[in-house]
Amino acid sequence: MTVQKAALTLGPVFFHWSRARLTDFYRRIADEAPVERVHVGEVVCGKRMPFSDPAWPDIIERLERAGKEVVISTLAAPATVRERRSVEELCTDERLIEINDITALPSRSGRPFVTGPFLNVYNEGSARFLIDRGARSICPPVELSLAAIGHMAQAFPQTEFEVFAFGRLPLAISGRCYHARHRGLHKDSCQFTCEKDPDGLAVDTLDDQEFLAINGVQTLSNQVQAFLPIPSELTSRRIRRLRLSPQTADMVEVARTYRALLDGRQDPQSARFLLSCLELPGVMVDGYAYGKPGWEATASI
Amino acid sequence: MSSTRMELVCPAGTPATLRAAVQAGADAVYCGFRDETNARNFPGLNFSTEEMAEGVRFAHAHGSKVLVAINTFGRVGSVDRWRKAADAAVGCGADAIIAADIAVLDHVASNHKQIRLHLSVQAAAATPEAIGFYAETFGVRRVVLPRVLSIQEVATLNREIRVETEAFVFGGLCVMTEGRCYLSSYATGKSPNLNGVCSPPEMVSYEEDIDGTVARLCGFTIDRYAPGAPVGYPTLCKGRFKAGDKTSYLFEDPVSLNAGSMIAGLKAAGVTALKIEGRQRGKGYVTEVVRAFRKAVDAVEQGSDGIEIDRILAGQSEGGRQTTGAYKKSWR
Repeated sequence: MTVQKAALTLGPVFFHWSRARLTDFYRRIADEAPVERVHVGEVVCGKRMPFSDPAWPDIIERLERAGKEVVISTLAAPATVRERRSVEELCTDERLIEINDITALPSRSGRPFVTGPFLNVYNEGSARFLIDRGARSICPPVELSLAAIGHMAQAFPQTEFEVFAFGRLPLAISGRCYHARHRGLHKDSCQFTCEKDPDGLAVDTLDDQEFLAINGVQTLSNQVQAFLPIPSELTSRRIRRLRLSPQTADMVEVARTYRALLDGRQDPQSARFLLSCLELPGVMVDGYAYGKPGWEATASI
Repeated sequence: MSSTRMELVCPAGTPATLRAAVQAGADAVYCGFRDETNARNFPGLNFSTEEMAEGVRFAHAHGSKVLVAINTFGRVGSVDRWRKAADAAVGCGADAIIAADIAVLDHVASNHKQIRLHLSVQAAAATPEAIGFYAETFGVRRVVLPRVLSIQEVATLNREIRVETEAFVFGGLCVMTEGRCYLSSYATGKSPNLNGVCSPPEMVSYEEDIDGTVARLCGFTIDRYAPGAPVGYPTLCKGRFKAGDKTSYLFEDPVSLNAGSMIAGLKAAGVTALKIEGRQRGKGYVTEVVRAFRKAVDAVEQGSDGIEIDRILAGQSEGGRQTTGAYKKSWR
């Protein structure tokens, strides 16, 4: 069997970026980023959707014209009637859909979908169940190790397994908005204060250790995942995709670095150095990939 | 108001606690096997197969049910351990299995049609669509509701679904959507979904200095206490952190859940069962809490007013601060 080179996916933007920022961001991605697949859509907070929704049709058109495969991501924790309806409507799209909550499954079962890192696929039993219902790509929760993901990928060679390779790690989601709480507001009248932190707001310990970041109802790592494998670490496990999660740092440069890594034109050490030259919101880590605490870094620059 | 009597579901970490909960008036007791298949995988806790079978016999002889929690996510390559735990629960005569992992739900639905399936809070099913999916696909009969819903949302949800709901009323409070939180593994490498533990004790350290005591989790400072002040357990989401120019209990204060004052409201919202958290708790604690809640639930069923319910539950605070959590919308 021929060993397939891994592809690159640009994951959905987790942060509350303005319509103008989203449009500019995806224009550059369409024109310059060497990624095969691009996720669009709001995942974290349904309250943001009225702002970003008008931007998506043009963004999608632009990306598709540039030859990118577009995937429409759906909410990780839909709650209101409006949010549930939007998930249902998005599931009728002809394009690939990313499911981030079981809410979407009844509307999408039988047609192809991607499972995102918010959906709990921890083993071959749950993977098989979802594959039978249409899962074509599976990006498991970030806490799963490369070995565990590889084990599933070996069991289902027809399905693409994807590793969350770059960006602040999505660690938790809540009914409570921490941006609102931090600024003395309630979620229902949040004034969209999360907009002020386009990479999330850094959360340090009382001893000034960098630790987490908040993004509305979402909690992320402060540190930036930078899993930089040698290509054979992926191909030997049949892992077929790496996911790059958007930050305000130059994502075209990030994508180029990963492309060079996967093509064998760049070794992990130099790739790590190139990423460290960008304006990342935190230090680089990769512990989860190797079954360690997520904040640990197994290599240094 | 629904006419059926609400069920009181109580925790049991050991056979002795199971007997205590039953004798204190639990309608049902929930417990798990002594391994990583359940979300309270702590040393010295939980049941062997023999202890489970004996526990079921004892509970049934006293008119109580036993619900077995197999509510972590099966580990890659070892899912059979989770399936076998479900088989063992059925073999012990348990009244229901509480599960979250699709692989476990699928196994029980395919092989043990006679046993009730309850959807664990770890599955985080909070919409009619998600709950409908679990009910139709696996025959789930009851859903344990995520602790992020307001009481109004619980009422609306109950009108739109056809399965029973169980709501937490007392004990520990997760502020993150359960089953979707990896904070613990980020800091320590161990998590509820992977290992059945959160902020595990072997990663906790306390250090004294002139300013008092520092509580750390795997080296990360979670809170500091002034000299002589009571020292708490460093659960990650109840810690004090710095964000922007502010230091605060950013996620949640070090509080526990007490929705005792909302029992009548939860009944009106159509909730079938009330759940007390705390399988890690001892016999004395469980006896006292179950007894008080037994009285409170009975009083609500008899139409007592809120003042009477508050009086019954007045002693249940352990000196710590309490909250009604997400049940009140302002929490968000």
